[in-house]
Amino acid sequence: MQTCITLIDLLEKKMLLILLGVLILHVIILILLIVSTAATAWSVANSGRKDLWYKCSNSGDYHCLPSSNEDWIQAVQALMILSVLFCFFSLIAFLYQLFRLVKGGRFFFTAIFQILASVFVMCGAIIYTVMRPEDKKIYTHFGYAYVLAWVAFPLCLISGLIYIVLRKKE
Amino acid sequence: MLTFLALTSVALLGIVPEQSQAIVIYTGWERHALVGSDIRLSCSFFSWRWTSEDVTFSWTYRPDGSRDAISIFHYTGGAAYVDNKGPFRDRLEFVGNPGRRDGSILLKNLELSDNGTFTCDAKNPPDIVGRPSSVRLLVFEKVPIQAGVITGAIIGVVLGLLVLIVVIYYLMRFLVARRVFSLSVSKHGKKKKEGSQQRQ
Repeated sequence: MQTCITLIDLLEKKMLLILLGVLILHVIILILLIVSTAATAWSVANSGRKDLWYKCSNSGDYHCLPSSNEDWIQAVQALMILSVLFCFFSLIAFLYQLFRLVKGGRFFFTAIFQILASVFVMCGAIIYTVMRPEDKKIYTHFGYAYVLAWVAFPLCLISGLIYIVLRKKE
Repeated sequence: MLTFLALTSVALLGIVPEQSQAIVIYTGWERHALVGSDIRLSCSFFSWRWTSEDVTFSWTYRPDGSRDAISIFHYTGGAAYVDNKGPFRDRLEFVGNPGRRDGSILLKNLELSDNGTFTCDAKNPPDIVGRPSSVRLLVFEKVPIQAGVITGAIIGVVLGLLVLIVVIYYLMRFLVARRVFSLSVSKHGKKKKEGSQQRQ
């Protein structure tokens, strides 16, 4: 009798821990995506920094100018914003399905939105890598926001796959 | 009382133009054009005086990055004199109507080197005190895409597709529930038709 109660207790606690871990991972991914989209550090050089929205200079007076309006940078902007939105939608769907899903059901919508978000981040990062603003005069290398985008992509994909496997138990 | 008001208004009308006898010149602020196209630079003025016969218009051009301006057009004494030696020879045409206070010029076959500031100065004797007005010309090789147009389009299309898919999903669920109902009705109808055909 007592062993039965402790086993059920353990299972419940394990379930709660898993859910909590998955939720924390999701929130971390969302924060990574937001920071990557907004931070001015996609392309970094000694004289200045560039990101999807502005190019800021370090020399002399510190000022930021709106970045050039080429087609591909607008596409990367759109893809990063979409990935943030879809990650946010999947978080809401997760919280909704947590309380409203039937027993034994899968977190279908959450997984779909999360996987779509990871696809968008991947496309955005790939386009930026290929079409990087070429400055032949100064030596530029990738900044931390660009690295965050590439880190967020596999995390997002793994999170989406976890949601596919996860089942709501009693 | 009324006559007093009338007298003061007439006096004011008489005083005010005497003091603010300045000519105000209007041109655009900035003009955009494609290489090879034509553009009309408009210039008009406001003056308290009637349009005199000695009204003059003159346009000067200062290229981007240069500090000197050269004169490219002058209208005086009823005749228009266009540039015949400078950068706009054979490309400048006077399309204004001085009688209607319009001193606009037409620039034809624009080149990239035509980027610069065009200043219009008009004089309506005796109303000669005024500030010339400048319009900036920007010549592009191709029409530049405005910031955010493609971004907004991509986001709008994807979100629209999302909404469409969700709507279709719920519609299908609703229709499947109804289809079950309509299937049983059609089966019933078919049996009736077969029965009536057999009788015939």
